[in-house]
Amino acid sequence: MRIGFLLGEIGNGLRRNVSMVVSVVLVTMISMYLLGMGLLAQRQVDTMKDYWYDRVQVSIFLCVDKSLYPNCAGAATTPAQRDALKAQLEQMKPPVKEVFYETQGEAYQRFKDQFRNSPLGEQATERAFADSFRVSLTDASKFDVIASSFQGAPGVGKVQDQKQLLDKFFTFMNVVSWSAIALAVLMVLCATLLMATTIRQTAFSRRRETGIMRLVGASNSTIQLPFIMETVVAAVVGAGLAMTLLYATVRYGVSGYLSTALIDTAFIGVPDVVAIAPWVIGGVVGLAVLTSGFTLRRYLRV
Amino acid sequence: MILFDTVTKKYPRTTRPAVDGVSLEVERGEFVFIVGQSGSGKSTLLRLALKEENATSGSVFVAGRELSRLPDRKVPQLRREIGTVFQDFRLLPNKTVFQNVAFALQVIGKSRSVIRQTVPETLRTVGLEGKEKRLPHELSGGEQQRVAIARAIVNKPAILLADEPTGNLDPGISLEIVGLLDRINRSGTTIVMATHDLHIVNAYRKRVIELKEGRVVRDDAGGEYNSGEIVMPGWDTRPSLDAIDAAAVAEAGHDAKAAPADGLDGAQSDGPDSDELVVVGAAAREPRTSRLKLRRGR
Repeated sequence: MRIGFLLGEIGNGLRRNVSMVVSVVLVTMISMYLLGMGLLAQRQVDTMKDYWYDRVQVSIFLCVDKSLYPNCAGAATTPAQRDALKAQLEQMKPPVKEVFYETQGEAYQRFKDQFRNSPLGEQATERAFADSFRVSLTDASKFDVIASSFQGAPGVGKVQDQKQLLDKFFTFMNVVSWSAIALAVLMVLCATLLMATTIRQTAFSRRRETGIMRLVGASNSTIQLPFIMETVVAAVVGAGLAMTLLYATVRYGVSGYLSTALIDTAFIGVPDVVAIAPWVIGGVVGLAVLTSGFTLRRYLRV
Repeated sequence: MILFDTVTKKYPRTTRPAVDGVSLEVERGEFVFIVGQSGSGKSTLLRLALKEENATSGSVFVAGRELSRLPDRKVPQLRREIGTVFQDFRLLPNKTVFQNVAFALQVIGKSRSVIRQTVPETLRTVGLEGKEKRLPHELSGGEQQRVAIARAIVNKPAILLADEPTGNLDPGISLEIVGLLDRINRSGTTIVMATHDLHIVNAYRKRVIELKEGRVVRDDAGGEYNSGEIVMPGWDTRPSLDAIDAAAVAEAGHDAKAAPADGLDGAQSDGPDSDELVVVGAAAREPRTSRLKLRRGR
């Protein structure tokens, strides 16, 4: 079949079937937008993991007077114990990347700054905080090395791994992003069914044409190709619009707003949209070809 | 060219076969009428030859191929050697006459130059020159059937199957259409035409295969189709043969006698003789005659 004739047939088909084509475009757009959001959420989790795990610290809380930590036995850490702990930490480089000391007052002030918009910030008292060593590690997974060395050491109330706290957050984020992907899969199913229905209706409405094609000896591929290409065109337009919407969301919503509002957090950017776009569009083309091919096999037999 | 060897076709959920043990052969260049009442199996026979249906048993050979052994991917190639014409024309309403005919070539990948050359030639052959840009609804029934015939022959098929091609046409136009098919046949195309129009069959005296309840009950070279007294609807409105296609019919007889087509015997290639023309012409000229008695045999 000549390419000019094929293009003409595709154009005619799209023009005659505008409402169905628009519905395929819209459903594909919505489903691909949701799928894209799910994929971007996954990338956001990965980005945040990289960002936070790089900054994650192990906190070695010292004892304060009348501390409730069992290891403290109600007594505050002495300056000698504190110096010994610091010296031991310095000796543990390179697993230990950096160490700094945060006093009770500094910890209280940082908490109040972080929760300035929350009642928690007003209710907290300085006595609830303790002096601590903030230890950043070269490898965040090496927490056990620190924990085994300092847990139960004289003057140490508790050794806390921030990674464990972050992991809970990332688990939550993962659940959210996988939920988005699950929703998107449902939408993709809707899009697939809609494509199949559209093709069936189109094939039915053009049965006279396809009947003539069969009678004059047109091959299966010649008969089916215009239908498949019409579906592919509609699906690609839908996916293209979804990618444009995702670009706008990330460009203006994430990079333009969130990144400036939450400076101390890493966010995905436009390159992430560019990275997922070929996969989404390629997937849509594959889906359209498979769906239309399978549907037409049943409804346009030679 | 076409061979049916004890072919039976039974459709699901039916009590008797649509085609029941049919054996027949159509030679290259023949013009054959398949006649019989509605439901006698005429259309099924044509559908079997087109491989639109598969025989339940027996073998169908068309253009040297046994259809039961023909894989699906080779069916299009078979159909490029068979033209088909139907009672309802089956034209594409949004395409012009030219586009309707060109469509048959476009979908099999013919180049634009071939289409530009072949389509006007074919339209001239069927007498539609000057009407290339008309849409089907701007044409008469006869002209629409001519477009359908042009589409069927534009790829120069070896076989033309016509399923009641005159069923939607008035008697005069019907004769014109069969005259056209006859001319196409004389150019070497094998024609198998299913019909139950007695007038046409008897006017042309071609080979007649009569089906009844799916069985061949008669295969008569140069035969008639009649069964005693038959009502001819609209007969009294039939115009005179002179006004219809007398020239074409007479030419058919003259040409066939002068130069029989290859592979045809005398009886098959003979056009209507003068006596037959008189009979038909006389009947056509009979005013207000609603019934015509036709006797079996000649």
